[in-house]
Amino acid sequence: VTTRATLVASGFFAGFPPGDLERLDACAAEVELEADRHLFRQGEPADRFFVVREGLVAVELPVPGRGVLIVDTVGEGDAVGISWLFEPARWQFDARASRPTRLVALDAGCLRAALDADPELGHRFTRRFAAVVQHRLQSARLRLLDLYGPAAGEDGGGVPG
Amino acid sequence: VASPADLGSPVAGRGRPEDHGRGLRGLAPEPEAAAWAVGALAAAGGAGAWPEPMAPRRYRVRARRRELADTVTLLLDPVDEPIGAYLPGQFNMLYAFAVGEAAISVSGRATADGALPHTIRAVGATSRALCAARPGEMVGVRGPFGTSWGVGDGAGGDVVVVAGGLGLAPLRPAIHQLLAERERYGRISLLVGARSPETLLFRHELESWRGHFDLHVEATVDAAGAGWHGHVGLVTGLLEHAPFDPASTLALACGPEVMMRFTAQALVDRGVPADAVRVSLERNMKCAIAFCGHCQLGPTFVCRDGPVFPWSRVERLVGIREA
Repeated sequence: VTTRATLVASGFFAGFPPGDLERLDACAAEVELEADRHLFRQGEPADRFFVVREGLVAVELPVPGRGVLIVDTVGEGDAVGISWLFEPARWQFDARASRPTRLVALDAGCLRAALDADPELGHRFTRRFAAVVQHRLQSARLRLLDLYGPAAGEDGGGVPG
Repeated sequence: VASPADLGSPVAGRGRPEDHGRGLRGLAPEPEAAAWAVGALAAAGGAGAWPEPMAPRRYRVRARRRELADTVTLLLDPVDEPIGAYLPGQFNMLYAFAVGEAAISVSGRATADGALPHTIRAVGATSRALCAARPGEMVGVRGPFGTSWGVGDGAGGDVVVVAGGLGLAPLRPAIHQLLAERERYGRISLLVGARSPETLLFRHELESWRGHFDLHVEATVDAAGAGWHGHVGLVTGLLEHAPFDPASTLALACGPEVMMRFTAQALVDRGVPADAVRVSLERNMKCAIAFCGHCQLGPTFVCRDGPVFPWSRVERLVGIREA
């Protein structure tokens, strides 16, 4: 079991009142991963929510014929794992430590119960969580534009150099 | 305007050295003592003596290095009187004879004997012809044109350089200047975004810069295979962990315009004043002397008033939808 100081230091929970942290502390544990070890794999039960304290986590998917493709990385202070909040609570991607990584892990059942029991905490958490999702959505949308991809068009209209 | 016939054709008989790849003479890093701007030859009286601003001067390709599948760097030796001294961020008009002209930023320091590096991506007929130019062949050069990054304005404070894709090329001379004058600046961050690890421009130089103990260098890509141990995501995500004091930071950004827009906004959101955020805009530069109007952006001509603008000046203009 981790401490409130660890939760506060984890970035995602920065600014949460001490009462919230006390409640969440009961759900939390620290996790350490060596480089290239998996945090979870696609299809497994999504039973935890993670915040990276140090290191880097690659969110990836094996694609037949193309190997494993990394679609996102999550760094210090940021959250890993969305699927735990929604039915059927199974991971949609793999998560692997790109380098030695330390995380705070919150048990999903315990966390959901805490959010349900305290609507103010639930509201605070959901707002923070939605910001993460919004950020990921914006990142995915912008990368869909393939801005660095092959330029279609004419000299002068694009970026010849 | 001089015709291609007047200006000569690719030199036959001079020989066509092969592409030698990295370490090619002249494309190796210049000595630290070398000026980052061309200086030497222009100071000898070359600048301004050319009578016709639309007439290109002949330069010969000394060396050609393939950077990426569609991108090469040409090192150009003056044949005629050389163009004037350039500042980081300025551009030249490169003329592929009998094909056309394209605006190309100078992508590094000139060599001690005045040869200019330009990094070019093949996107249209002219840039494709320029990319195909071999050592010994001739191209035309007009310039230098436009505004510079004004790197010295960051002295005494932190500097954040954000490059996306080929946007690292126009920023490279600014990075060379920062490194040459390292003691004048506080913390320096270089944040680079690319499509994939394979399309990171100047990758060897990036890795070398990353080895500097007084330089924060991070790269991110849009997607990668499992062998990549760096970041995947937007370049703006790298700003969150970059060390700088927003109130006293000069930020330089270059890349696709959408990327620059999000970068500039993220910097301003962090507290960097909008006039301390500088972006390099691309428009349809044709004459490069604010005459033809092709590159007009609202009340400005990008070729003369840019390409480097403070974000405070162009934020509203780049938000206007084009017809």
